[in-house]
Amino acid sequence: MTVPGIETEALRPHAEDAFAEELRALAAADDRPRPERWRMSPWAVATYLLGGTLSDGTVITPKYVGPRRIVEVAVTTLATDRALLLLGVPGTAKTWVSEHLAAAVSGDSTLLVQGTAGTPEEAIRYGWNYARLLAHGPSREALVPSPVMRAMAEGRTARVEELTRVPADVQDTLITILSEKTLPIPELGQEVQAVRGFNLIATANDRDRGVNELSSALRRRFNTVVLPLPATADAEVDIVARRVDQIGRSLDLPAGPEGLDEIRRVVTVFRELRDGVTADGRTKLKSPSGTLSTAEAISVVTGGLALAAHFGDGVLRAGDVAAGILGAVVRDPAADRLVWQEYLEAVVRERDGWKDFYRACREVSV
Amino acid sequence: MSGPTPVLLGVRHHGPGSARAVTAALDQCAPSAVLIEGPPEADAIVHLAADPGMRPPVALLAHATDDPGRAAFWPFAEFSPEWVAIRWALAHDVPVRFIDLPAAHSLALNHGGRGRPSPVPAGDAPGSPDRSAGPCAAPRLDPLAALAAAAGYDDAELWWEDAVEHRRAGGRPGGDALAPFEAIAEAMGELRATFGESESESGCEGGCDGGSDAAREAHMRLKLREARREFGDGLAVVCGAWHVPALTEKRTVAVDRQALKGLPKVKPQLSWVPWTNRRLSRHSGYGAGIASPGWYGHLFHAPDRPVERWMTTVARLLREEDHPVSSAHVIEAVRLADALAAVRGRPLAGLTETTDAVRAVMCDGSDVPLALVRDRLVVGDVLGEVPEAAPATPLQRDLSRLQRTLRLKPEGRERDWELDLRKDTDAARSRLLHRLRLLGVDWGEPVCSRGGLGTFRETWRLRWEPELAVRVAEAGVWGTTVVGAATAKAESEAVGSAALAEVTALAERCLLADLPEALPVVMRVLADRAALDADVAHLAQALPALVRSVRYGDVRRTGTAALGDVATGLAERVFVGLPAACAGLDTDAAAEMRGHLDAVHQAVALLAEAAPAAPTPSKGPAGPGSSGLRGRWAGVLGVLAEREGLPGGIRGRAARLLLDDGRLAEDRAARLMGLALSVGTEPAEAAAWIEGFVGSGGSGGMLLIHDERLLALVDDWLVGVPAEAFTDVLPLLRRTFSAYDASVRRTLGELVRRGGADGGTAARGVGGAPGFGPDLDPERAAAVLPTMRLLLGLDTGGDTGGETDGGTGTDTGVGPDRDTDALTPAMARAGGAGR
Repeated sequence: MTVPGIETEALRPHAEDAFAEELRALAAADDRPRPERWRMSPWAVATYLLGGTLSDGTVITPKYVGPRRIVEVAVTTLATDRALLLLGVPGTAKTWVSEHLAAAVSGDSTLLVQGTAGTPEEAIRYGWNYARLLAHGPSREALVPSPVMRAMAEGRTARVEELTRVPADVQDTLITILSEKTLPIPELGQEVQAVRGFNLIATANDRDRGVNELSSALRRRFNTVVLPLPATADAEVDIVARRVDQIGRSLDLPAGPEGLDEIRRVVTVFRELRDGVTADGRTKLKSPSGTLSTAEAISVVTGGLALAAHFGDGVLRAGDVAAGILGAVVRDPAADRLVWQEYLEAVVRERDGWKDFYRACREVSV
Repeated sequence: MSGPTPVLLGVRHHGPGSARAVTAALDQCAPSAVLIEGPPEADAIVHLAADPGMRPPVALLAHATDDPGRAAFWPFAEFSPEWVAIRWALAHDVPVRFIDLPAAHSLALNHGGRGRPSPVPAGDAPGSPDRSAGPCAAPRLDPLAALAAAAGYDDAELWWEDAVEHRRAGGRPGGDALAPFEAIAEAMGELRATFGESESESGCEGGCDGGSDAAREAHMRLKLREARREFGDGLAVVCGAWHVPALTEKRTVAVDRQALKGLPKVKPQLSWVPWTNRRLSRHSGYGAGIASPGWYGHLFHAPDRPVERWMTTVARLLREEDHPVSSAHVIEAVRLADALAAVRGRPLAGLTETTDAVRAVMCDGSDVPLALVRDRLVVGDVLGEVPEAAPATPLQRDLSRLQRTLRLKPEGRERDWELDLRKDTDAARSRLLHRLRLLGVDWGEPVCSRGGLGTFRETWRLRWEPELAVRVAEAGVWGTTVVGAATAKAESEAVGSAALAEVTALAERCLLADLPEALPVVMRVLADRAALDADVAHLAQALPALVRSVRYGDVRRTGTAALGDVATGLAERVFVGLPAACAGLDTDAAAEMRGHLDAVHQAVALLAEAAPAAPTPSKGPAGPGSSGLRGRWAGVLGVLAEREGLPGGIRGRAARLLLDDGRLAEDRAARLMGLALSVGTEPAEAAAWIEGFVGSGGSGGMLLIHDERLLALVDDWLVGVPAEAFTDVLPLLRRTFSAYDASVRRTLGELVRRGGADGGTAARGVGGAPGFGPDLDPERAAAVLPTMRLLLGLDTGGDTGGETDGGTGTDTGVGPDRDTDALTPAMARAGGAGR
């Protein structure tokens, strides 16, 4: 999930700029039927996300490492007139996938509404340019369209981030847009009708479901795709190691080769607790309340590296990550501490070569 | 070949498309006889397939007569091409013959899977594994995979579905129903030319099959020749597609006979048994089944629009389970499934597409309701039925055999049996009865032994009711032998059990029934349930039974190492969770938890004793396993005893248990008691503490009498209570002490009146016993000593201890009318000294 560096002024270029070359090659090589106003066929969009080699030899880098099935369902959903809801725990590349989907489908990932607790209705429908409104009265010129409105008019893909953070009444403004495919403007007695090619991608956080649960009316307008955590330990170790390396370099932290073992250990602990079963599949465990996502594993290792670099001998050791792990696992002081202690006693203590880790954890646990 | 050649219908076993095509083909060519891949011994019972009482899924079961554990199954679903062909033939009065290698050979060749209900290699060797290709080729190099790869598919199954099963053209009126089979035969011919020959020579000696492909095909050719002589050339053969080219091969009779020479033989018995969809599916650990019998059944039955009908069924199921699913959902799901199929380039939405669509549209992306769909629809709950006329099940046969060898006749009248488990026959009888009970065949009922209390004796009340035969028949789905069926049933019960205690009980029953093969599964489930059960009370409840099992297993010489490990793990979890679980309990819950505390304490002691017998793997970092266990338990008790805010009863109990184990110094116990009983403590809590500390009911009182230290502690504290607080404490103490027996209270009172056990203050000593002499009367005391010696087995002068103790500590004025009463404390005193 790294962006191959592209020399632009922007700190982080948009997907359609960073991968412009790949998108162009894909569109050129694509001979399958395209839905109206799509830049390429659904098959090509899936290839763009999952990576592959085109017939002309262009290598498409994988943007998303995960099951093909999921990407296919997501792309297919966009090709029907249903909106797409990407669910997942934090750190599962929801936003990343939605950005690249929009870039591949519409060539534009910027029609974005960021959902927050304070997102107003205007952010989804339209606002007014009050100077014009006062001077000339209500007119289309005085209207400030939202990204969603623009996407409808132009037949592009709009994105709503963190939909469940948006207050429920504001969420529900999407219902008309998604079912009637129209946005009425009662002030003018007009409406904006969505043209073919319009669709919407929303992302939401699994764990936040309780915050502003989607109404069932809205929910029914979405096809839901859950983005999973990395499937195998090796894939996750790989992701963590790569990200830690990037972050570490920017912080000038030395990462010795021994570090990889410790990363593997952190990932193992995270995966075992998250899955509720040991890596060998023999012992079941209770899971703590925290998400223990890959992103958290990355921050634990980065923190450990900083500890090792500034206070230790520069080599990442069990003691450096123990405190970080404890902090990530024990979110609820009562229940999670119990889970962690059980894990320590039942699994860590018995495991060969984990003695140092056990001791380090005991030290910080008490 | 000359003239009208036999029609060779190469199929995939359990393929609905194949089944449909077979019907069409049979209708078109109207053969004079139908030959089917299957054991020829079944020819005699094939007519039962037309019986109205026969409802698929069913299986042909072949087992060795003298060893029912050696068995093979040929399962048939409604959509199996073979089944369709059998039913077609029976309906059209056309003879049916099975042409595969006789079960006599395939059973003899297969040595694996003895005693198991569904031996994977034997279970479906001639049936499922070569469902489209040679069985032996599958694990090494799947020829189908080569075909699929040529067609651009990653998954061979998927390709077969698209290319064959989902094609509905075969049934179109006017089309040539035989064309697809010719194409398949041609493709298989190519494949065999490339892979086949080398495979069938090198690949099959692993015995993954009832007989090598070569022998099977030779036999099929011979049977085919035989049938042509008998019925003429208008034959139809239904067999695995892989075998089709082999049947047209030109070989001489002599060569084929040679291939069959010298094959080992056993005497087989064949019967029909009911089967379930679940066992057809591969989820049940059944080597090569089909993943989705329910889906295939749907494809087979749906007259048209299979995806729409499927989605409607799914929606109905989800609605029944209270998931809000509307018709709009169904419409969207169908659209998504079709679009997905188009994106993936498949001709029709298959199971993968429909599942993806159901997940995304109807289940909000969640796998939880999806699991329900998978379980109930994709696999399905269908249970087959077999008519009464079907031959007896092997389980019944095995039971009769056991009854004969154990001389345990089924009798209608009630009869009690005393079994001495040290004798081999009796032990075997006990095992049989326990296993039958596990299977729900309640022939015997355990009753309390009259005489001995020893674990080696069991009493059973036996009575054979006619309906038990039905139970045995029902239990036949679990396996072919009593032990195999009991094992399978126990495993399935373990997996399906809801509560931890159920699993522990099951583990105990497995030990009694001596089912070592079921134990690993039960243990795993037990460990899983224990790990996930957050309720420490449940864990604590389960522990004693488990520890009992560990010890009982030792008596029976069963390997209980695994059990010990699980018990240790359970104990560890209890240790970790107990302090937190004890907080914030109300009175009743605290009393219950105190009971658990006692039970766990005993269990840990037993476990620590039993542990050294079984090699514990936890020798490494934990130090010596058993003492570590006790040590950690003591640590937990210490925490419980000291922690503020826990119910008094639990703290008192913990302190007491520690004191009994000698892990708590007396002065420390006194301090704890002082803390617990000081005025700062809620009076109710203080009383509970006392109750926990000195136990409740009669036994606690006896302990106070017999243990001077405890009495001294209570006494000291009571004396120290200030007068104004005393009235507050009094009712609480009264509650505790009034639970004691009258005699205990009285003795206790006497002890205290005499000044307690600790050489109490002079004031009490003087004023304590009005009407008694001030000093010990050595003469009267000496009268007790002979009895004491007798009781303690001390023949030589061990009396000095008793005398000094009594003399220094007590003012034992024994009145003339107090003889008998006084004896008790005196004896106790002497006993204490004797220790």
